[in-house]
Amino acid sequence: MCTYVTESVPVSGSAKGPEGWFSLSRATVYFDHPFHAPLEHSLNIDFADPTDPTAATASIDSIASTRRVAVELSAASARALAGAILAALDAGEASVGGTASRS
Amino acid sequence: MYDGTLAETIRIAGHGGDTINAYFARPLGPGPVPGVVVIHHGPGWDEGSKEITRRFAVHGYAAICPHLYHRWGPDASPDDAAAAARAAGGVPDEQFLGDAAGSIAYLRSLTYANSKVGTIGYCSGGRQSFLAACSLPVDAAVDCYGACVVNPPPPGIPFHLEPCGHLADRLSCPLLGLFGEEDKMPAPAETAQLAAILEGHHKTYEFHTYPGAGHSFFATDRPSYRPEAANDGWNRVFDWFGRYLSS
Repeated sequence: MCTYVTESVPVSGSAKGPEGWFSLSRATVYFDHPFHAPLEHSLNIDFADPTDPTAATASIDSIASTRRVAVELSAASARALAGAILAALDAGEASVGGTASRS
Repeated sequence: MYDGTLAETIRIAGHGGDTINAYFARPLGPGPVPGVVVIHHGPGWDEGSKEITRRFAVHGYAAICPHLYHRWGPDASPDDAAAAARAAGGVPDEQFLGDAAGSIAYLRSLTYANSKVGTIGYCSGGRQSFLAACSLPVDAAVDCYGACVVNPPPPGIPFHLEPCGHLADRLSCPLLGLFGEEDKMPAPAETAQLAAILEGHHKTYEFHTYPGAGHSFFATDRPSYRPEAANDGWNRVFDWFGRYLSS
């Protein structure tokens, strides 16, 4: 089944794709069919370059290639990753003596 | 017996006069041949969709698969274009219908066409195949596990996706539906509802629901592939189009 389940979240940071680093303002998270992973459904995260005109409908002449970093994870590994992210954040923020910037 | 095909990327006029890419395959030979519009699944204009398009050509059809995500990345890889389209909420029905109309017009313009055109779609394309058959002049249609024809999508889903079962009275051609018994979108209850609606409008249709198969059972490159269902499904597709698209 196609779940169509999609979450969009504002993020702040950078990602590196085939064309180099780019700034991030949003991540799209969804649980649906993967493109590549050998799974029926996967937890997919797209970090797309918000300045890329393919991020929104644009006239055909002005569209460049999409700059994107993508992952497709099994449900179990995605949960493990989420746990690892929170654990690293907790430990890291504690070691620097406070809560890191959440902006 | 000579057996040859030609397959290539072409450009056609889509919705609003936009030029979009399409994958086109046809048998070599004088014709006349019927046409098929292949509507790709949610993951996009990918290798599997192009393989399906070539398969129709091998079986004697001029087949075209329009790149429905072209506007989000004509030169991007299919998965990047699909991701961008998804982030934007998917393809609006009006835009899809414009691209489908352009594909149909292209097929009918071919000097070796017999002017009969069918549509077939998979996954989200299954719903779009039904939508096209209710909105455009086509001669036969196949819906492979298209969801949200009768039922709305789950609440909170940021997609351009409205149920279109209410258009069934406008269905312009015979409809073949191929579904998996283990699918949840569309679940057998939803396809049974659609069958009842079609029955109520005295439409010509055939639905087959395969036990042991779920969503995407035609997709040979996915774990959901079910050869028995897919092989029987292909036979039914060629029988259906042979019946309604022959000269």
